[in-house]
Amino acid sequence: MKGGFQSRRAPLLGAYAFLVYAFLYFPIIVLVVYSFNGFGVGGFPPANWTLDWYRQLFTDGALWDAVLNSVIVAAVAVAIALGLGLPAALALDRTDFPGKALFRRLVLLPLILPGIITGLSLLMLFVAVGMKLSLVTITLGHGTALISVATTEIFAGLQKLERAQEEASLDLGANHWKTFWRVTLPNLRVSLIAAGLLIFTLSLDEIAVSFFLIGRDNTLPLEIWSRLRRGITPEINAISTLILFFSIGMILLWYRLRTRLQGAKESAAPLVPASIEGETA
Amino acid sequence: MTKAAPHAAAADPAATAATPILSIRQVIKQFGQRPVLRGISLDVAGGEFLTILGESGSGKTTLLRLIAGFEDLDSGEIWMAEERLDRIPAHRRQVNTVFQSYAIFPHLSVFENVAYGLRAKNTAKSEISERVTQALAMVKMGEFAQAAPAKLSGGQQQRVALARALVNRPRVLLLDEPLSALDANLRRQMQVELKSLQREVGITFIFVTHDQEEAMALSDRVALLRAGLLEQVAPPREIYGEPDTAYAARFIGQTNLLRAEVTDGIASAGTIVWRTVGAAGTATYSLRPECIRLANESAGIPFAATDVSTARFRGRIRNQTFGGAMDLIEIDCGNAHVIRARIANSGILSGEREFEFAADDAVRVREGEDA
Amino acid sequence: MYSRAYKAGVTIPPLLWVSVFLLVPYAILFCYSFWSVSPAQVIVHNWNLQNYLQLARNPIYLQVLFRSMRIAASVTVFALLLGYPLAYYLSFHAAKRKDLLYQLVIIPLWASYLVRGYAWKTILGSDGVLNGFLQYLHITHKPVEFFLYSPFAVIITLTHIYTPFTLLPIYASLEHIPRNLVEASHDLGSSPWSTFRRVILPLSLPGALAGATFAFVLTLGDFLAPLLVGGPSGVMISNVVVSLFGAAYNWPLGAAISFCMMLLVVTLLFVTERLEKRLAVS
Repeated sequence: MKGGFQSRRAPLLGAYAFLVYAFLYFPIIVLVVYSFNGFGVGGFPPANWTLDWYRQLFTDGALWDAVLNSVIVAAVAVAIALGLGLPAALALDRTDFPGKALFRRLVLLPLILPGIITGLSLLMLFVAVGMKLSLVTITLGHGTALISVATTEIFAGLQKLERAQEEASLDLGANHWKTFWRVTLPNLRVSLIAAGLLIFTLSLDEIAVSFFLIGRDNTLPLEIWSRLRRGITPEINAISTLILFFSIGMILLWYRLRTRLQGAKESAAPLVPASIEGETA
Repeated sequence: MTKAAPHAAAADPAATAATPILSIRQVIKQFGQRPVLRGISLDVAGGEFLTILGESGSGKTTLLRLIAGFEDLDSGEIWMAEERLDRIPAHRRQVNTVFQSYAIFPHLSVFENVAYGLRAKNTAKSEISERVTQALAMVKMGEFAQAAPAKLSGGQQQRVALARALVNRPRVLLLDEPLSALDANLRRQMQVELKSLQREVGITFIFVTHDQEEAMALSDRVALLRAGLLEQVAPPREIYGEPDTAYAARFIGQTNLLRAEVTDGIASAGTIVWRTVGAAGTATYSLRPECIRLANESAGIPFAATDVSTARFRGRIRNQTFGGAMDLIEIDCGNAHVIRARIANSGILSGEREFEFAADDAVRVREGEDA
Repeated sequence: MYSRAYKAGVTIPPLLWVSVFLLVPYAILFCYSFWSVSPAQVIVHNWNLQNYLQLARNPIYLQVLFRSMRIAASVTVFALLLGYPLAYYLSFHAAKRKDLLYQLVIIPLWASYLVRGYAWKTILGSDGVLNGFLQYLHITHKPVEFFLYSPFAVIITLTHIYTPFTLLPIYASLEHIPRNLVEASHDLGSSPWSTFRRVILPLSLPGALAGATFAFVLTLGDFLAPLLVGGPSGVMISNVVVSLFGAAYNWPLGAAISFCMMLLVVTLLFVTERLEKRLAVS
């Protein structure tokens, strides 16, 4: 904000804020540090620094198969979620139809409903229609659950898009289709990319829905999950560290795009992910 | 651009009034349960500069959006010449709009913004570049053709919006409070430019505003809208000089409303008496402050004069506000009756004085329903 | 102003998809909850309320449900205690570092759930970092067992995971408070504390409520953290469902519990949404 009394020092509050950050980052730091610990995942102090766990990681074929599976699932989930989230956001923003309120709630439900319910109900659907569980079912699950994220992100972008822009296009003789391609979509570009990044990241990390829809092939989180039950080694710290840095990169990219979308003028404006603030609620 | 525009219609709106370019017939529009337009009929002549004037919420922007095709009407018809306009989708209407927010496409250059409509109609490339250049020159924005809209000031965006609309040679140009975002000086300058531009291109302008001075300055005719109904449609001088209703008199300029009893061609409001025409009974009169002047008391005309072509009244000067050439004076006529007058600068007045006005200046108005 | 084709084009595809992949599955789940399993482990489509009656009669289920709600409530309280002051600090005191500090909240928000859960497992375990640290300092002499595999472990892990979720709506509502209101309060002679209590806190309540709802609902439905760090005493209602769909093989009973959970969550969302609207003055 604009300086003044708000930035007055509040040492106690500042110290408390620091402690909260410490709590938020402590496990992450421990995880990263112990990925270099020769003696295993626990104990204190860490010692015998080594890159062995990373070396082991890079020759671990099963793990890399899982990574590939996850990337494919995430990529298709992004396509599904954006492909349906875009029309859903447009429908919510600019049309009226009977049952619209219900439609909105239904689309957004997976955002807040525990993953277990989404996962289980989909499992029952696939069993009912006799579909074998595989990466396909996981992809359908991710795509469906993440339509909610796509819809809220794109809806937020649509709200920033001045309606008069599209009216101006129609007014100048472009039909709805041309208007969509030449005005609506270019204006939503940043929203779409941001939504895509977020969905990709969330799909890569997703475990609650995948848990019920898994077939023979593991996604990365499920592969890690199954290894956790067999006992843990710092190799899991190593892969977790890599996942962490990958997500951080994606999140920062997403954040940048969102900042750009909101306009440089208001960089101090609340940059809450639309999905969390519930802008469509 | 100028040469190609239809000039013929521009000359005299009255002469072409017989064949309106736009005809609005019994238009009704509701938003949910809320009536916004309650039966509007209005003919607009080719080349005319018509202003739709009204308070916020009067329905003026809705009327404009109905003509543009951004809203669908509930009943009634809109015709453009011989064509039923309200059944044509927005993008096929020969109508263009200058939006209140300008709605300049942020992802396109100034040139591409102006070319947008021509490209939508698959105009030849060479013609596009020629017409866009002309249009930008017309609004004095030629040097900004390649600029990004974000770099432009409000006034410059305004000009681009005008060029973007006019380059399509619409039969009617709609302007939705286009000057409201500009500061006072720029606004006055744009008013002058807008007026001369309209004369130059000869296109019918329908201009929406809530600012009565702007309406007066620009328009051939003013359509005063009140709560979804047309209160009066007339040239500025007429609507000012002969308002139909008390609302019109009050909304456009300042006025005194005198409630009078009329008998035998004489109106009397308290002690003030003047000659009038029209039916007997209770009536309301609008008397503009500038029509009142100080009476020449030395003439010694008796107070209850028999010559009622000039009305006279006495009152105590309650307040005097300096206003440059004319001071605004509040005259207390007793019984909590206050009349406001504009008097050419005659120093500071005080005490009880005698005032007069010509009987013809008191205009009989309808009270109208209260909205 | 949009043509019928446009409206149909944007409405029908998502409507169809959501119907097939959300509405129909929820309906199937609902149907399952009235069926039962034969001794031969075959699903029998005989409609009755047996599963719901069993849930009401058998105290085990209610006990687990209450434990889940206790854990969810604890996580909510801790997330608010951590999240609100930090949000307030970010909004009113972070000044130039605001952007950076905000990003530092966003990162753990979206960072892998599994990775963060796993990190706590390595910290709290009997051979874990915490026990190693305590022994290193000679505070304890043998591993403390109750750190891991306890409700405590579940609460600390989920608090860590859901604090950023709780913080963000609070931060958003704090940011939406017009600064001139705060200035006006100071101008009228309020101390910083009374300004907070009389202006800032009431105006940020809808955000706090939204944040609390996130923490509560997400915790209530969680089954991974209990599996990871909870142990037998940290079992939550979703774990019961998981086992009914797995080894215990009683899908109908699992569906009945799921449906109850869904009902609980949707009711909760409905109530807090109402409450938020009432709290939001403008």
